[in-house]
Amino acid sequence: MNELLKRLRNAIVEGDEDQALQATRDALDSGMDPVAIVSDGLAAAMNEIGRLWNEEEIFLPEVVFSAQIFKECMELVEPALLEGKSTEPAAHFVLGTVKGDLHDLGKNMVGTMLQTAGFRVHDLGKDVPAERFVEKVKELGSALVGLSALLTTTMLEQKRVIEALEQAGLRDRVKVLVGGAPVTDSWAREVGADGYAPNAPQATEIAKRLLSQMKEGSN
Amino acid sequence: MRNEGKFRILSQPEVERIHEEALRVLERTGVYFDCDEALDVLEAAGASVNRATSVVRFPRQLVMDAIKLAPSEIQLHDREGNPSVLLGGDRVHFDPGSSGVRFMESDGVTVRESRAEDLKKIVQVTDALPHIELQSTAVVANDVPKEIADSYRLYIVLSHSKKPIITGAFSVDGLFDMKELLSAVAGGDEALAKKPRAVFDICPSPPLKWTHISARNIMDCAKLGLPMEFVSMPMPGAASPATIAGSVVIHTAETLSGTTLAQLVKPGAAVVWGGAPVVFDMRSGTTPMSAVEATMIGCASTQMGKFYGLPTHTYTCLSDSKCNDAQAGLETAMGAVMGALAGINVISGPGMLDFVGTMSLEKLVIDNEICGLILRLLRGIDVTDDTLATDLIVELGPGGDYLNTKHTRQWFKKEVYIPGPAIDRKDRKTWEAQGFTTSEQRARKVVAEILKQKELEGPCDAKLLLDEAMKAVKKRAGADNLPLGPK
Repeated sequence: MNELLKRLRNAIVEGDEDQALQATRDALDSGMDPVAIVSDGLAAAMNEIGRLWNEEEIFLPEVVFSAQIFKECMELVEPALLEGKSTEPAAHFVLGTVKGDLHDLGKNMVGTMLQTAGFRVHDLGKDVPAERFVEKVKELGSALVGLSALLTTTMLEQKRVIEALEQAGLRDRVKVLVGGAPVTDSWAREVGADGYAPNAPQATEIAKRLLSQMKEGSN
Repeated sequence: MRNEGKFRILSQPEVERIHEEALRVLERTGVYFDCDEALDVLEAAGASVNRATSVVRFPRQLVMDAIKLAPSEIQLHDREGNPSVLLGGDRVHFDPGSSGVRFMESDGVTVRESRAEDLKKIVQVTDALPHIELQSTAVVANDVPKEIADSYRLYIVLSHSKKPIITGAFSVDGLFDMKELLSAVAGGDEALAKKPRAVFDICPSPPLKWTHISARNIMDCAKLGLPMEFVSMPMPGAASPATIAGSVVIHTAETLSGTTLAQLVKPGAAVVWGGAPVVFDMRSGTTPMSAVEATMIGCASTQMGKFYGLPTHTYTCLSDSKCNDAQAGLETAMGAVMGALAGINVISGPGMLDFVGTMSLEKLVIDNEICGLILRLLRGIDVTDDTLATDLIVELGPGGDYLNTKHTRQWFKKEVYIPGPAIDRKDRKTWEAQGFTTSEQRARKVVAEILKQKELEGPCDAKLLLDEAMKAVKKRAGADNLPLGPK
């Protein structure tokens, strides 16, 4: 049993897509508890990826690929998960590059990192109007929201999205992170965001912190 | 061999002109050899020897015949006898600067006389640095009796490294002692001759002189089958003409004379066409080794060495700064880039500051990054179907995300050299969060980590034989209590 999970973890960490999918299927076929497959296999592998990333032993393309394999394996496990007992749902993270801006590399990196950290990421893409963010938050009920902008001209749009969330009466149900090359801490404060991070790993850390604040707030 | 991206500072007619002028100097003026044995050999071969002045004039044909005998490549071996660097062609390898007399402590400020313990650290750090492929007997151990200072340096390197070595003897007898040490590790004289591990630096005294020790070292290296490297050091305006071209003529004449002697003693003797070019600072009287003109002399003399078909060496990867500041980085990198593009086989200097006087471990680590970047540069740009990636560009179209593609995973590590922590590429916030470090501070951490690792475990027999050989050297010299053994 443990050998199977070890094989699964190694395959995800080493970026062996076929092996990872096969190991997931084997684990499911063996009748293993899907919750264990996720926690001791898939999530454990992504934890290891996070550790290797922090120790500067692996690189972005490897993280992105492992995250993709993780996602594919998750899709295999999900039906079994839904059949079984419900587990605590992951927190929603709505992510997008703001209207007028077509740069999404940084945003994609953040999305990947958030996924590996266990967030359920809803990537709205690039050139996303404020209303789309509002709609998505309404649909989900509550979420963290990440707004990306690479240009000094489009960073103003981050402010508009936050205003739109306020006008829709949703501001209390979200935590907003802003990011992108021209964005700074003081800009984040100025536009009334809840957090700013200069890079993807820190965005993940801040997202986790904001999430625990949200949970405390709702308790 | 690709010519794109190569640096040839002289035109072919200029190379040929310098060649002719050097032969003219050798024929008309000659070179001084403070060594009767050398005079005997040269006279017997047809050179014109003035016994009163010890000056030898070389017939052109004698030189040209000798040069042809010298091998164009030298294969060096590692500690286990496996082939390591192959000197020749335009292949570039780096080794730490040699024979510093001072050591900079890791505080980056304290500079004092170098000791045996310092050399051990330099050797350990060098062994861990991937882009510095050769070791050198980098500093003089001032806490060791002068009589055995050369062999003891080699003993330390042999005890703590796997890599091939650039070294040199301080006396006639020293060379024989050093041969014994090399032989002990290699498994005997025959094994050593077949699989050489070390190259011996031998320096003419500019202009146009060989000391007794140097001349004997040439002859003895040839006899013993030890590769040698001539390190000519013209000094423009002081010990050579003030002009770059004139200094290269002196350099060429000196090196041709040494090569000729070596080939007369043993046809086919392995020689490296080396140099330690400087300029002469007319204000302070110092000899800057990283002045751009010094590097130009080095590139030109390297071109002469290539013209004669010999492996080459030059000091071009060092700085005259007194600390690890911007000057240290810019001088080291600038010289190293020029030297590497010129195709110098052995580029010396990493770790050195202060006119090759002071060795710094932190600089060694930083310079290893310079070497890594340069070795990447030398690989050039690969232009093939797979690297052009037009299929992928077509597939992904405008706005495509290349990050999560197999092509990126296949290529990103090959295409971009990924430097160690001495080079900072983090965003400002992270850099600030990690303590506003300078490259020297980050290098200090790398040094500490390397030195913390356990010592090299070598083949035990070889180490025992090495210790025996060193004990014999020690006994002959009547020395005792050496700082790092053997007991």
